[in-house]
Amino acid sequence: MIYQGKQKIWSEYQKEIPDDHWYYVRSCIRQNFFPASERMFTEITRNVLGKDIYETPSHTTCGGIAYHCDTIPQETVMTIVARQFALMTEAGYENYVASCITSFGNYAEILETWHEFPELETKIRELLWKACKKEFKKPKYLAHSSDLIYKFRGEIAAKGRFRLVDKETGEPLRIVEHIGCHYAKMFPHKGVGGAEYPCVLSGMIEAWGGQVIDYPERRHCCGYGFRQYHVQANRGYSLSNTHKKFESMEPYHPDAIITNCPGCPYFLDRWQYVIAEQTGKTYGRDGFGIPVFTYEELAGLVLGYDPWDLGLQLHQVAVEPFLDKIGIEYDPSAKYKGLDKKDILRPGLPQNLKCF
Amino acid sequence: MEFGFKLSPSSAVNLDQVDLSLYERLAAIEPDLRICMACGSCSATCTAAPFTGMSVRKVILDLQRGKEKEAAKMLSGCMLCGKCTMVCPRGINTRHLILSLCRIYGTKAKEEGK
Repeated sequence: MIYQGKQKIWSEYQKEIPDDHWYYVRSCIRQNFFPASERMFTEITRNVLGKDIYETPSHTTCGGIAYHCDTIPQETVMTIVARQFALMTEAGYENYVASCITSFGNYAEILETWHEFPELETKIRELLWKACKKEFKKPKYLAHSSDLIYKFRGEIAAKGRFRLVDKETGEPLRIVEHIGCHYAKMFPHKGVGGAEYPCVLSGMIEAWGGQVIDYPERRHCCGYGFRQYHVQANRGYSLSNTHKKFESMEPYHPDAIITNCPGCPYFLDRWQYVIAEQTGKTYGRDGFGIPVFTYEELAGLVLGYDPWDLGLQLHQVAVEPFLDKIGIEYDPSAKYKGLDKKDILRPGLPQNLKCF
Repeated sequence: MEFGFKLSPSSAVNLDQVDLSLYERLAAIEPDLRICMACGSCSATCTAAPFTGMSVRKVILDLQRGKEKEAAKMLSGCMLCGKCTMVCPRGINTRHLILSLCRIYGTKAKEEGK
């Protein structure tokens, strides 16, 4: 293929991501699962990259989790989202960045719906005014927080202390990337690389020195699927989905998994414990699992932050073998110490999955 | 440990590992097998389908996935009425294909001494 032609085609899969001045909204569940990830996003963007990231404690859930669980109608979700946009308008921002993939998909879906059905937007504006006397402007740019880290991946690599390279062999570490389904599967043009070549995470891996692993079930859902997990009777289905992914990636011996969704790292991490308890099978080396990181955690590791400040002690799968491979220093005795250096208690150890 | 839910058996088919000898044997006799586009017209028109689960499309799919037993079980529901042949947009003689497959199964059973 002619190089220029290839570049032209690829440019159609790109997404415009403004440099600065973002209104940031957090996820409603991420802080419970991987508490330091969102903190690390604001730390990296504000203090390492010097960007203007604004957030307000007044923002709420986007309603996406209830919408995808089929428990609230879309008009309700739209009114919640309209309030979020009103908060952004009041703060004087036009660029909206969401921490959660489902929120991102939810915002994209609502903006698209309002574009197709303007009368619905008018109705929602009326409902918002009746509910809380607020008005809003629609965001000029909508991004997921991984888009920003992707945009600045080169700067992060340049400022980083570590690379995703095996310190003994000098070989790049083998990383599986898993992109949340609501990132680009619903609205391909909203994601970097579209639905066919989503490169938001693979771009980070390559920039930070790792090797991206391609495997048959690469684009398969993590298994969360909202109703598949939240309805207990369906939970076996959720587990089986995750199992399918692990069986598919196992022959490629990945060193780690990187994700950009609230649910994916949680299920890819925790279900490894459940699979190990139910079947005795583990997917990492020597009885360990495959560690799963959020992109903020991995960026934090590359930049040299203390693994325990990144909240890696709250992962089910032990991260120490991965840290050892790169040569990241950590204090094993400080793993379960809180910020005030007091013991935060140790979890019980699983029977089959090796942990520290 | 009891979690209250379990892993479902995997339905994944590894095409590098399945035995496709039966499919190839049938395709040698009935080359039209390879032009099937799995449209399902045969299944939609099948008289036996609502009562027996018979589906020529599924039979072909099972053979392509090396699921010989499942294909044989489904064939037992066929009445050889030939409606599927009349509707096939690719002009495959599905009735003849089914007969050929039954013949292969019969020969195979003899070979295996059953």
